[in-house]
Amino acid sequence: MGDAASTSPSQDERIKEISALRRALIRPELGGMVGTVAVFTFFLLFAFDSGMFNSQGVMNWAVVSAQFMIIAVGACLLMIAGEFDLSVGSMIGFAGMIIAILGVTLGWPMWMAILATFALCMAIGALNGWIVVRTGLPSFIVTLAFLFILRGFTIFLPQTIERKTIIGGIRDAAQGDWLAAAFGGKILGGLFVWLGDMGLISVFDRGTRAGQPVVDGIPMLIVWALVLIVFGHVVLTRTKFGNWIFAAGGDAEAARNSGVPVNKVKILMFMFTAFCATVFAVCQVMEFGSAGADRGLLKEFEAIIAVVIGGALLTGGYGSVIGAALGALIFGVVQQGLFFADVESSLFRVFLGVILLGAVILNTNIRRIITGER
Amino acid sequence: MTNGNAPIIQMTDIEKHFGSVIALAGVSVDIFPGECHCLLGDNGAGKSTFIKTMSGVHKPTHGQILFEGRPMHFNDPRDAIAAGIATVHQHLAMIPLMSVSRNFFMGNEPEKKVGPFRFFDHDYANRVTMEEMRKMGINLRSPDQAVGTLSGGERQTVAIARAVHFGAKVLILDEPTSALGVRQTANVLATIDKVRKQGIAVVFITHNVRHAMAVGDRFTVLNRGQTLGTAQRGQITPEELQDMMAGGQELAALEGSLGGTV
Repeated sequence: MGDAASTSPSQDERIKEISALRRALIRPELGGMVGTVAVFTFFLLFAFDSGMFNSQGVMNWAVVSAQFMIIAVGACLLMIAGEFDLSVGSMIGFAGMIIAILGVTLGWPMWMAILATFALCMAIGALNGWIVVRTGLPSFIVTLAFLFILRGFTIFLPQTIERKTIIGGIRDAAQGDWLAAAFGGKILGGLFVWLGDMGLISVFDRGTRAGQPVVDGIPMLIVWALVLIVFGHVVLTRTKFGNWIFAAGGDAEAARNSGVPVNKVKILMFMFTAFCATVFAVCQVMEFGSAGADRGLLKEFEAIIAVVIGGALLTGGYGSVIGAALGALIFGVVQQGLFFADVESSLFRVFLGVILLGAVILNTNIRRIITGER
Repeated sequence: MTNGNAPIIQMTDIEKHFGSVIALAGVSVDIFPGECHCLLGDNGAGKSTFIKTMSGVHKPTHGQILFEGRPMHFNDPRDAIAAGIATVHQHLAMIPLMSVSRNFFMGNEPEKKVGPFRFFDHDYANRVTMEEMRKMGINLRSPDQAVGTLSGGERQTVAIARAVHFGAKVLILDEPTSALGVRQTANVLATIDKVRKQGIAVVFITHNVRHAMAVGDRFTVLNRGQTLGTAQRGQITPEELQDMMAGGQELAALEGSLGGTV
């Protein structure tokens, strides 16, 4: 089709040919890609010998990045659909607490506790969305209310039931549970044993686990992050529903005029964000073995920052899941990398602020080139 | 240009009241397939209310609407669109951040099945978009181009091409040229001409007499919520239309002081 246009006699003489390189670079993810390269270059130069790039080091920042990615995918699709969810962090704490109460205090089988938590949290996500759609209030306000409501319950419930704000014993309760393993387990253990035997990754040299690899598998958390990224990317770019997400955020009124069920799309995206927050929470309680009332604090902002670094427009209608994932990767690598590089951890915020600003300026320029905004 | 066919839409003595305000006080118009029917009127004449009644947004307080010979009862604009009445609004038609082909198929996405999954058929969407736009005389650089990079006239053309592609029988254009430059206006008028020749009824709302005269087959003037009659092409001069729209005496006095036709 491209050649049909270029052979046409009425080619516009005021449109310059765009080089292939430029066309390849002009994409929403460019800010995230440049940031990722910059961050890795920085740490390869300044922290290469610190252990950041051996198997444990990689696993360390990969896990932190994967946590950010899981919530960033949900926040990204929701933001493209034109809404925010500030209750993500509180939802993480709430979901973890509900699992602990159902699975430990009430003694439900862990799979039942997990499924019930997913159902409850997605229902709350739907309620968020329904209120936003019905009242026409900014989602900023509605979900800010839920930030407080959910955090309040997360503190109130364990205090009332158990007289404490941390409920432990989840690991024992989840022992041998098939669904808990899908969140707290590890895969490819055999591969890592083989890598250890081949001397490619480090192994314990003494103790009861001598000879076994230090990193003994890929945590399900990382698997979830990758699955959610691929799922979100495919849905957004390759399906009818993805087109509706863009349309709902781009101009809800124009989308409605064209027959897009905007309200349904927005409510579903709130539910998906809640789903992602719950995945995060389940992985976390399985890893820690406990649920705490302060879990997930400020996660909503971290998710939004990752999404914005990834090239999404705060007002909706534009963005990329791949970009959001890169934003999350930058976030995780910087947070853990400064620790490896032995830099004062408060500088994490400085570094992050600089990256955020740089990426957003770059993204804004790219977006203007693509969309013709002025 | 009525071709002796039956009118596709017949509106008789339509009245629309909003509370104590009488927006339409007896409007009668019939629209034939393949004609460009210009609806002229100054601001506040009731043009918008009238087309909203035609496209199913408002229900008339009095009067009858026949669509293809049968009384029309549309509950909302979706029914009207399904029946083949498409409205292209000056704004609120396209999403600038999205590509032309995504906009073109918004709400009507083509899908292809891969195993149990159904995906947006981008190849088909891109091909059809390029083809339809070429038919309207616009060569897109690429179907991935965002609508925001198009000019106002090109956006109108995308919206018109979209309505035609999805089977519009009646195309209502709400002031499509009012925000455009000279060249772009000419392009949109040429598009209207192409659409009319495909046998689609075009209802062209404007307050610009020259734009109306350029493509119109028949002209209906609305003033203060009433139709002042319908004229065939060639039976009426631009000056007469202008006078009917805005009340001749006052405007003549104004034009005298301004030194030319407004």
